[in-house]
Amino acid sequence: MQQGAFSRLADWSSRRPWLWSFVGAGVIFLATIAFTSGKGGADVLAAALTFASFYVIVGIGQMFVITTGPGNVDLSIPANIALAGAVAMKVMDGSNVMILPGLAAVAGVGLAIGCFNFALIRILSIPPIIATLSASFLVQSTAIAYGRGLRIKPPPLFAELATGRLLGVPILAIMALVVAAVMAVVLRRTVYGRSVLAIGQNARAAGLAGIRVERVRFATYVLSAVFASLCGALLAGFSGGASLNMGEEFLLASIAVVVIGGTSVAGGFSNVPGIWGASLFLYLLVTMLNTFGVGAGVRLILTGLIIIAVIALSGGRRAGRG
Amino acid sequence: MDGRSATIVALEGVRKSFGAVRALAGVDLEVRAGECLGLVGHNGAGKSTLMQVLAGTLAADEGRLVVAGDDITASAGVAAARSHGVVCVFQELSLCPNLTVAENARVMHRAFRGFGWRKRAGAAMVAMLDDIFPGHGIDPADVVADLSIARRQMVEIARAFLVTDQPLRLVILDEPTSSLDQIVAEQLMGFVRRFVARGGSVILISHLLGEILSTCDRVVVMKDGRVVETRPARDFTRESLVAAMGSVVAHEEGRSVAATARQAGETVVEARPPRQADGRSLSARRGEIVGLAGLAGHGQTDLLVRINAAAQGREPHARVAGAVAFVAGDRQSDGVFPLWSIAENITIRSLGRLRRFGLIDPAAEARMAEEWRQRIAIRTPDMGNGILSLSGGNQQKALFARALASEADIVLMDDPMRGVDVGTKQEVYGMVRAEAARGRTFLWYTTEFDELLHCDRVYVFRAGVIVAELAADEITEERVLQSSFAEEAA
Repeated sequence: MQQGAFSRLADWSSRRPWLWSFVGAGVIFLATIAFTSGKGGADVLAAALTFASFYVIVGIGQMFVITTGPGNVDLSIPANIALAGAVAMKVMDGSNVMILPGLAAVAGVGLAIGCFNFALIRILSIPPIIATLSASFLVQSTAIAYGRGLRIKPPPLFAELATGRLLGVPILAIMALVVAAVMAVVLRRTVYGRSVLAIGQNARAAGLAGIRVERVRFATYVLSAVFASLCGALLAGFSGGASLNMGEEFLLASIAVVVIGGTSVAGGFSNVPGIWGASLFLYLLVTMLNTFGVGAGVRLILTGLIIIAVIALSGGRRAGRG
Repeated sequence: MDGRSATIVALEGVRKSFGAVRALAGVDLEVRAGECLGLVGHNGAGKSTLMQVLAGTLAADEGRLVVAGDDITASAGVAAARSHGVVCVFQELSLCPNLTVAENARVMHRAFRGFGWRKRAGAAMVAMLDDIFPGHGIDPADVVADLSIARRQMVEIARAFLVTDQPLRLVILDEPTSSLDQIVAEQLMGFVRRFVARGGSVILISHLLGEILSTCDRVVVMKDGRVVETRPARDFTRESLVAAMGSVVAHEEGRSVAATARQAGETVVEARPPRQADGRSLSARRGEIVGLAGLAGHGQTDLLVRINAAAQGREPHARVAGAVAFVAGDRQSDGVFPLWSIAENITIRSLGRLRRFGLIDPAAEARMAEEWRQRIAIRTPDMGNGILSLSGGNQQKALFARALASEADIVLMDDPMRGVDVGTKQEVYGMVRAEAARGRTFLWYTTEFDELLHCDRVYVFRAGVIVAELAADEITEERVLQSSFAEEAA
């Protein structure tokens, strides 16, 4: 009887791979609050929602790329963020009327980087990990040349968008929630989303089932790059201007939130809610370790260990499916 | 050597099944010292399985394996076979492409060790290559990946005949000449004769019957996992050998179900194998069932894949008019999406039509899955279950449902009945005929002769090209075999 209930619970949770990231985020939040005896709980939560939003936006793009199968990953995200932030600030030039043209330029940056990445992968047959890494050097150099000495503040309205709150909830978090909801529908209910999942499981079978494999992969790399560019613009708006190293932490973070969120690194199996859970988890983990007064080195070690543990555990779950 | 009659290898009552498929149904085989034994039979007759049992790469379910007087049934394995002097050159080449010729020799012959092993291995390989294939033009320092397929085959064969620290009694050559040209093939056959004259033994598997008859001392014919004939080679002719391989029984009932000629419809598929030098091409009309026959791996699947690609508009060798669906024969690599439910596996080909307001409608998806569960009798309580919860035959049905449920006018079938039970086969044959009568076109590659009887026309493939086109009343097993095995008069 008890075992039946337990196996039902295990079954229920195995169909919700995103569950664990939310459980983890909740536990860490409670631990942090307990340490500070309940002080500043609301502030921690608001900050978590804001910073998690950035993770969510790049994480969703990365998730689609990783879902298209083993070997697919976008390492150009940090450089992309740096360039997009610089372009956004320069085009907007501190003026509210230039926000929309600025965002259009940012989308153009993402589109161009996505096309460039895929051209390296497809036309020159370079493995994605190498292609996007080498692209990121070129993009980062462009950002350095373009953004040298850039000291432009974001337009007031754009800064308000990135830092403001609506009914106490960060506007950024609301936007990220909407994006996540839309992309969850795209993944589950559109032909494109299904194609991504199919290609990740078996690209040859997908081609034989009538899916235009290369077209879908192309769209996916562009999607990831555009999301990263938008994140770069928002990050610049949030921090009061672009800086060349503001994308750095997103290299590991974008992959970590995908994996912790229950997406299979082997491809073909992913979910959007997990990206949110994992993003909150990752930010709250850092906050907790800071609150506990742990140094930066130990913090990085723990983050790495947790990612390894999650991959090891989720690998075991996959094997059990067979 | 104590005379020519000594038995080198004896197999007794060997049985082997892969799931429901019985590959070997009790085989007795004897190989004597100093003889070349020919082994022939249609695809799926069990030749390769039998050789794998002999070479130790497959364990038999039942039966005894005696090599050079030792019963090695219990210890059967590659190491045991090698230490008793049995070496096999398989169809799939087993060289490491990133290593040189000399290094590949070392992989198999551990005697090449210590200082200067590369030089010694290289010298031994060149000597052996010179002996078998004079004028081969292979350097021991050549990396295998840079060699042509024919030269790789030559290296593989030479390596097998190399004698170092272990005795060499029996060499199994499985289709050794399939990628060799006429002259090199004759060199090999000459060497085989010299090798057996020195007291060695060879088992030669070949689809070139002339080669078998001119080289072998005895010929064993296999069919459906059994040995059906064993005779000295001189007692066979080409015709009697072909007759022994295939049943000459007329398939009257099969004939009656073959569809009547549908010559009126317009041509919807036009395709030509890339290597086809003469003017032949494959064409199919609306509502036709067209068979692709010949031995396995002779370009049929490749052409189907090209026709499938043509529907996506990027294939110079094929033209299609209409949507195309593909039914995989190799389920794991070409068909199934293992993480998905049965329903998702079926609907993937039809998602475009299952949309409402641009989004996939789960209710319509469930309806399609349920409809096909009933129509094709997929045995599952819930179409939401994982595809891997099904038996192989039922997974195959799901793949059929994927193609038949789609809007495709043309269905390509890549030998999809491998490992499917008889009942399912009959159900699917009926559906294929019914769908063809409604105007769908089927291109059906099959290695089972009986399935060709459901076809209106059959193209026979050999070595990547179409070698014969048979009309419905010309489809007999002998005609198909004759065309499959045809070789240039030489």
